[in-house]
Amino acid sequence: MAAATALRANPDRNFRYWLLTPAIFLLLLVGLFPLFYSLIVSFMRIDMMDTDTSFAGLYNYANLFSDKRLWAALGHTLLITVIALPIELLLGLAMAYLFLEKMPGRQIFISLLVLPTIISPIVAGATWRLLFDNRFGPINQVLGWFAGYPVTALWTLNPKLVYPAIIFCEIWQWTPFMFLILLAALSNVDKSQTEAASIDGAGFFRTFRRIVLPAIWPVMAIAILIRGLDLVRIFDIIWALTAGGPGTMTETISVYTYSQGFKQFETSYTAAIAFLVIVILTVVVVWAIRRMGLAK
Amino acid sequence: MNKLPFHRRKDVRLALRYLVACLLVIIFVFPVYWLFIISFKTPDEIFAFPPVWYPESIQFSNYFVLFKDGDAKSVLNSLILASVSTFFAMIFGTIAAYSLVRFRTGGENLAVWIISQRMMPPVAIVFPVFLLYVFFGWVDTFFGLILLYTAFNLPYVIWMMRGYIEDIPLELEESALVDGCSRWEVLWKVVMPMARSGLFATAVFTFVFAWNEFLFALVLTRTEVTTYTVQVTHYFGGQSNFWAKIAAMSVLGTIPVFIAVATMQRYLVRGISMGAVKG
Repeated sequence: MAAATALRANPDRNFRYWLLTPAIFLLLLVGLFPLFYSLIVSFMRIDMMDTDTSFAGLYNYANLFSDKRLWAALGHTLLITVIALPIELLLGLAMAYLFLEKMPGRQIFISLLVLPTIISPIVAGATWRLLFDNRFGPINQVLGWFAGYPVTALWTLNPKLVYPAIIFCEIWQWTPFMFLILLAALSNVDKSQTEAASIDGAGFFRTFRRIVLPAIWPVMAIAILIRGLDLVRIFDIIWALTAGGPGTMTETISVYTYSQGFKQFETSYTAAIAFLVIVILTVVVVWAIRRMGLAK
Repeated sequence: MNKLPFHRRKDVRLALRYLVACLLVIIFVFPVYWLFIISFKTPDEIFAFPPVWYPESIQFSNYFVLFKDGDAKSVLNSLILASVSTFFAMIFGTIAAYSLVRFRTGGENLAVWIISQRMMPPVAIVFPVFLLYVFFGWVDTFFGLILLYTAFNLPYVIWMMRGYIEDIPLELEESALVDGCSRWEVLWKVVMPMARSGLFATAVFTFVFAWNEFLFALVLTRTEVTTYTVQVTHYFGGQSNFWAKIAAMSVLGTIPVFIAVATMQRYLVRGISMGAVKG
């Protein structure tokens, strides 16, 4: 009897590790291994012409600092993020408030509003390209109705209009995501507290700041973090709308890294850029997590 | 006092809410409508000036072209890649999450490491992954992309399933063990059924992520396993006469996601909020 229990216990002891093996193996293979590999490559001097695998020290990293296109790309990425993120958040919050109370047909409205989020970003970009077309797109047509004369704005080519175009598309696609998360968070706020506050004469904004915001903050912070990270690596929408153009005007860090790796074949240099991105992101994420009080 | 009586004020408020709600729906749904409608237009209607907002008649020739040329096969490729990788990601991810929750394997550190894998910018690893795939001959194979999508979705699945598994009462598993079930049997017969709604919600998102993925599909496919997202960009070449194809291909690629989300809808909102709350 005792032997039988020991037999049963033994396979049990490794059970927990067996469960993790496939997941860890896959994560190491396509997550950690490429990272490690590119770290090594980033210290070499491999490009399209040259497969020199001798170590070149910090050569590639030193080049990063004088790469104007790289810093411009980081700037573009930052620009899109700091404009799109607050708008998505505030608009999402306002929409969540609109649908917080029960109303007939509420579920249908919510389902329809969530459509943009579930379509592929590449399709979203393609759709807006069709909408923004200067001649055959409806946006210029509608603007023309208001303006009273035919509008022929080149949304994806005019340097003044490309950013609004990209940010519009981005906001259209991802505000519903914020909306859905914030709606769930708001529905969980204790109603008796907000009612008590309004009986005490506290206005909407006061109630929001004192009671609602602290209650929804953990969820809101994570939503901001998820969207922030997605925005920093924005690629698909840009690819479909402008492909980084005109020139390199809307080239984000992801688009630039892609073109260095797969158009210029600057293998080692691309690896160095990738590491710069990882370092910057890690610092920002750690800072954000601390700042937002998400760390345990 | 020219204030309206209370119930009237409530009516006005509700009417206003409906008004704003309808406006929002128009703004957010119109682009989707436009995409769908272009796919049904004739070339003359697509390139009419001023633009026409609805076609004279619904015609499917834009779709027939896609099927005739074999381009529609890319939707099938996406379907295979997304469903097979979702299946494996759900299995591997759920059992890993179970290990993390029930046995505290690796403590908090392992869980944090797994989640941090998701924060990695894809563009940072796409190039080394490409070189790895060239080395193994996995470029443009189903195996290669399924492996990749499975691995990419694992952190998300583990993260989400951790929350759901924590909610399963331990007593159920213990009594199953006492009844003579093996550990594996407990997992399949008790844990999986109990976590069912969580499994569905997570699987839909996993499926949608894989379905909509573009960057890795762009880099790692050539002709055999081209996904629909890559196929759409093949029509971008500046030639405006590909509009019909862009729209029809996009619609073909979007309908399966709409179906998946619509059928799983009751699990979704809970899925989104859970993921955020349990973070």
